Formats: sequence, structure tokens, C-alpha cells
Amino acid sequence: MLSVDRVSKRFDSGLLALDAATLEVARGEILAVVGTSGCGKSTLLRLIGGLEVPSAGEVRIGGRIVDGPHPEIGFVFQEPRLMPWLKLDDNVTFGLAGERRARRARAEELLQEVGLADFADALPQALSGGMAQRAAIARALATEPSVLLLDEPFSALDAFTRAALQDHLLRVWERHRPTMVLVTHDIEEALALGDRVVVMRGRPGRIVHDIAIGETRPRARTSARFQRLKEDILEALQLVPA
Amino acid sequence: MIVLTSEAVAAGELLGEAPSPRARTTRAQPRKRAPGPSRRGILGFAVPVALLVVWEGLGRTGLAAPNLLPTPTAVLDTLGGLVLSGELFGHILVTFARVAAGFALGTAAATALGALTGYSAFYRLLLDPLIQGLRSVPSLAWVPLFVLWLGIFETSKIALVAAGVFFPVYLNLMSGIHGVDRKLVEVGRMYGLRGLGLVRRVLVPATLPAYIVGLRSGLGLGWMFVLAAEFMGASEGLGYLLIDGQMTGRPAAIIGGVILFAVFGKLTDALLARGTRPFLAWQDSFAARREREDA
Repeated sequence: MLSVDRVSKRFDSGLLALDAATLEVARGEILAVVGTSGCGKSTLLRLIGGLEVPSAGEVRIGGRIVDGPHPEIGFVFQEPRLMPWLKLDDNVTFGLAGERRARRARAEELLQEVGLADFADALPQALSGGMAQRAAIARALATEPSVLLLDEPFSALDAFTRAALQDHLLRVWERHRPTMVLVTHDIEEALALGDRVVVMRGRPGRIVHDIAIGETRPRARTSARFQRLKEDILEALQLVPA
Repeated sequence: MIVLTSEAVAAGELLGEAPSPRARTTRAQPRKRAPGPSRRGILGFAVPVALLVVWEGLGRTGLAAPNLLPTPTAVLDTLGGLVLSGELFGHILVTFARVAAGFALGTAAATALGALTGYSAFYRLLLDPLIQGLRSVPSLAWVPLFVLWLGIFETSKIALVAAGVFFPVYLNLMSGIHGVDRKLVEVGRMYGLRGLGLVRRVLVPATLPAYIVGLRSGLGLGWMFVLAAEFMGASEGLGYLLIDGQMTGRPAAIIGGVILFAVFGKLTDALLARGTRPFLAWQDSFAARREREDA
């Protein structure tokens, strides 16, 4: 479904952010990418989303080479990035063309889905951080993308909101079953959500580990297996002595 | 007159900088209960009214020489006389027309150039240094040149007003576009927007607040420059009223003219602020709140 084939990215500054990364993601799979900051994981995601152009290699979605932003791809950024001058209904349907009334109906549907049905006419400034990020997820879903890319989407939220939104994201995924790539620096988040966890290390950014979780969700974060996987990942990140 | 002075200072201050997008999106602290709209309005009149009373008292008691500082009632008398003779309306109309034409021209040129240099790095490098250089020429230095080129009648006056309006509008628009949050632009790109679509759906709305600040300070400077234009030789207009009052030794006419400038400057600014308010409703910053209350 989604393939990253020996993709490298060297920025104009000369920095090699990503070095020959290769990945396959199956349709409907949730892939979590973890790594310390500066390991190139966000660059990898931006390359998949067509926001950056690879220096070498290619990204394909459903066999088609990604050479720029594409309606098949939904992107949730670290910050909500809502347009502050648009009411929420226009924000979530930002990516949709068409007649105003149809967009409004679609906006209500999407907002309903993320629990913001009462806020269609609110401006982003009136929302809390968690609400704004849910609106951002709704916006990404508006175009019914087959691939949903999330760049540390919950890292700016408090622990309670983060846990709630993780559950929320899973429910959204169960309904639409998009192929998801979730970049995070939160190992527990990766283990709770991912079918597979890829570990990256800098610099240059390389994929050093690929762990299949193969367990149904929701997962007990206290289980022995969960703890063991967490240790494995910490080890792969070289954050604990091997 | 107090109002006019503070307008001019505010216009000067605004010249150099547009509010940064960051500052604009910063959440304001919940403010203390402010007085209601009607009470706020009254508050603004308190000091001028007190000054008028003191001023009238000074004249009545003979503490102020009437040939230097005529009383407010004498000023009102003079203005009343000008209204009755039908003269005043003509002066006001002429000055308004000059400001309006100069404002329209200056704004049009500033919008075109500011959009170009704000959007395109190439044109910014090519043109902005020249424009910034021209900006540092004291604007009244253009007067002899404009008169030489455009004659002593309306055209040179309108050109001078336009030159005054141009710089604040240009600067605010250019730096406004330049300062648009790159992250919002990226969202636009994510949804396949580019070129005009990106301009219309992201850049224009994001730049409007800075642009409107530019328009308001441009209008303030427009009023300043129309006065300069009318000083340099006019047979009509509020500026002519001032000069004529000086030549004929009528201080009441001078003070009357100053007050009219204050009134019309404030009035047009309030109209502009009110007219543009719907575009700024989304702003949630301290400055935006202050501006809303200001209008």
C-alpha cells in the first residue's frame, strides 16, 4: 500500500536528515515511528506526505509515486494549525470544494464524529488544545484519505487529554480503517497504538529496528509483554545500556 | 487638537512595524470588567469638556488675551458664521475630496507594490531597498518637486497626500504577508493550494489585520499631508482656512480649523475602524481588543 524505497533527504544546509530509509506499510495498518528528536522521523513523514521532495529514492502510495501533496493523504500536524479566521465548520472542510450547504452538512458530520458537534460556529480561539487537535483530525478526515499521517499529534497535550485522544484516534481508525503512520517520541503511545513500531536513530536518520506488536487493542500498558517491548525499544534507541 | 496630535504620533509609530502574527495569535488574559460601552464613551469626553470650561473661564476673566486665545464660544461663533455664509461646507468638501483621492491612489499603489514585495522574495530584494530609501526622505521634501512636475493645483496636492498614505500601507502589507505563519501556508499546500488559491484562502485573510493597521495609519498621515499641501498654496480647504486666519489675524478661525481637522481625522478613522471590524473579529489579542474598544 505504502512503500518507502531507499529514501534519503539532504537539506540545502547539507544536513543528511534521512539516509536510505526503506519501509512497507500494509493497507489499514497502523505504523508507529519512534525516535529521539532530530532523528529524521518528521522528515520521513513529510516525505511520505509530499511536503518534502526526496533527494534519492521514492515514496509510493498504491503504486503511484508521491511527488507532492495529494488528496489521498491526510496530515495531522503537531499543532492544530486551524485557520484562526475561519469558524470550525469551514476549518474542517478546508480541503473540500463544492457548494456551501453540502460542505456545512459534511462539517457537521465530521465534527459530530470528533465530539465537537456544538462548536461548528466557534472560532478556533475559543477551543482548548485538545479540542483544537480533534478538529484538526476531523479536517484531515474530511477528504476521506486512504493514508493518515500524524506528526507527534498529541505531544503538546496534557497526559489526560493525550490518553483520551489516543482512544479517540483508535475509534476513528476502526471506522475508516485508513493506513496510518504515527510519528511520536512517546514509546508508550507507539506501543499502545501501533501494529508495528519502527525505531529511528539520528544522525543521519536511519531506521534501526522494526518490531511487530501483533496483539489486539486496547492493550494493557501494565502487562509484562508491554514492559518488555518498551525495554527493547529503549535499548534500540540506546537510551539504556544494552 | 489634542486628538490630532495623538493621531499623528500614533501614525508615526505605526509606520515601521506591523503586529507580528505571533503577537496576534497570543491569547489575551481575561480582562477585568471594563466599563460598559456608554460609560467608556463618556469617559473620553471628560477631559476635553473640562479643558473647554477652563479655557472659557480664562477668556472670560481676562486672564487669556482674546487676540491670542479666543474663547470656545468665540470660536463657535466664527465657525457658525462660516456655516451661515455657506463658506465652510465648501472648504470641508474640498479637503475631503483631496484626502479621499490621495488615499485611494496611495492605497492602490501601496497595495500593488506591497503585495508584490511581500509575496515574492525576488521583488522584495529588487524593490524594497529603493522604497525604504525613499521612505527616509522627509515627505515634505517632495513638495517643490511635485509642484514643479504637477503644477500648483489639485494634482500636486493629491500626489502629496498619496505619497503620505503610501508608506504605512506598503510597509504593513509587505511585512504582514512576509510574516504569515509558514505553518498555515503548509496546511494550504497540503490541500493542493498554490498561487492564487493560496493567496485568496490563506495569505489574504492572514494579512488583513496588518493591512488594516496600515490603512488606518495611512489615513492619519493623509490628513497630515493634506494640511501641508494646502499650506503650500490653496484658495480653498481647511488648510487654507488656517492660513487665511493667520494672515487676517483671526485666531478664532485658526482654532476652529484645528478643531475641524481633529473632528474629521477622528471621524474618518472611526469609520474605517468600524467598517473593517468584521474582518478582524477572529483576532484574539490584547492589541485587537484595545483597537476594538478604541473605535
